[in-house]
Amino acid sequence: MSSTYLPAGLPAPSSGPDGLAEPYWEATRQNRLRIQKCQGCGAWQWGPEWCCHECHSFDMAWEDIQGEGVIYSYERPHHPVHAALVGHGPYIIVLVELPAYGRVRMVGNLLGDPRQTVEIGAKVSAVFEPHDGYTLVQWKLG
Amino acid sequence: MAERTLRGKTAIAGIGETIYYRHGKSPDSEFKLALQAVVKACEDAGISPSEVDGFASYGGDRSDAGRLASALGIKELKFSNMFWGGGGGGVCGAVGNAAAAVATGMADCVVAFRSLAQGQYARYGRGAPVASVGGDDAFLAPYGLMSPAQRFAMKVTRFMHDHGIGQNALRAISLACYHHAQKNPNAVMQGRPLDAAAYDASRWIIEPFFHLYDCCQENDGAAAVIVVSAERARDLRHKPSYLLACGQGSDHRSAAPVHNMPNYPSSNFGTIAQRMYDMAQLGPSDMGIVQCYENFTGGVLMSLVEHGLVPAEQANDILVPENLYVEGGKMPLNTSGGNLAECYMHGLELVIESVRQIRGTAINQVKRNDAAIVIGGPMVTPVSSLILGSEATL
Repeated sequence: MSSTYLPAGLPAPSSGPDGLAEPYWEATRQNRLRIQKCQGCGAWQWGPEWCCHECHSFDMAWEDIQGEGVIYSYERPHHPVHAALVGHGPYIIVLVELPAYGRVRMVGNLLGDPRQTVEIGAKVSAVFEPHDGYTLVQWKLG
Repeated sequence: MAERTLRGKTAIAGIGETIYYRHGKSPDSEFKLALQAVVKACEDAGISPSEVDGFASYGGDRSDAGRLASALGIKELKFSNMFWGGGGGGVCGAVGNAAAAVATGMADCVVAFRSLAQGQYARYGRGAPVASVGGDDAFLAPYGLMSPAQRFAMKVTRFMHDHGIGQNALRAISLACYHHAQKNPNAVMQGRPLDAAAYDASRWIIEPFFHLYDCCQENDGAAAVIVVSAERARDLRHKPSYLLACGQGSDHRSAAPVHNMPNYPSSNFGTIAQRMYDMAQLGPSDMGIVQCYENFTGGVLMSLVEHGLVPAEQANDILVPENLYVEGGKMPLNTSGGNLAECYMHGLELVIESVRQIRGTAINQVKRNDAAIVIGGPMVTPVSSLILGSEATL
């Protein structure tokens, strides 16, 4: 049985030439979840950006957070959009809202049976899924 | 200071479309298709292509304005413009930008166009075969979230959940488009009718709301419209379709990364529609012609709601096939077949159909044909929509 939710061969995440998201990927490799927090006004921000959308400060720090959220929305793709997914069957993508951190949202897969019923509002917690060179944050019920 | 409005200052005087093909089936290159559409639109208007002095497009169109101007022997290019954003979000914005150029005297005869040959280039519905992804995609693609359908599906899930809207509303939209395409000889889906049973039996692209027939086609072709001043349009051969308003833009932080836009379950027209109606000095109930871009039926639903054409709480009752068919329907929708069943020409085919309706020359002609609303590609950012009208609306 595979140790990852989706088959190998999907594109790997890169922090890109500008390095904006590197602190996030560096943390997940250590099984830590962190997002941006503005040092000017205290606003949480996700995904990463160079300045704060509230006060326009460029003093954006990265702070560790608890991976606890609720399912805000979801989808269960069937049609394979990538060669690595051909023949794999359906899988679940969830949009998770983190109420304790300004209600920022994160995207991940919902672990478990890919055909399970998904309830909007259900509580989920983060699970670190190691890959070769990076770690994905996934979500499990509870 | 004179009133700042586009209302009635310009008109669409010519329309041109190539043959529409299934994706990869065009015998002609994308740029040749663009040239054909522009020449046809000029012929329709009775204007020489060499009189065109501007081009406006969207969606990162690859048919470069300078090359078009050179190929067509245009004497003097005065305006060239590209609307930011992907897909058909900019379709109405491109027409509006053409109109703004003409209304302000920057140019006199501007073509708004789109050309697509997906056989020649990459398809939209597949993830790129790359080893790694950066930016926003780094937080999406590793989870199997890559295609436009996947980017928008969770918006639709949440909208349907919030308002208690069922699949039948989406089915009605799809059935209406296929129904109208059956009489349209340029519709790619002519001769391939769709009924409720076939819709229900079609495979899931994405649960819980995207069947195969909720998703647009991918096609090859090109389309163009000619925008001139209202005065000039009156002297040309066709009844003018006046541009009464164009709205474009986006909601608060609508491109926030990793699906963090505050107004998430939205077509992204919430802040735009009223501004457009104000400029047109018309409201949703005045729109006898409704053309609404279908990338996915869920986007049509949200667009209709956010333009005040269908209250969300009544969507289950209003969005039934008989209300959307040209034969007696209260709100005939996408009367040439739209992106789903005519051609995925990134919505320019919807603008052209509105012009035919206002002229009274449409295959599925509506009776109340003085005012038309065209709603561009929803859920992307920025988005755009426009209102066209006959002389009677001025």
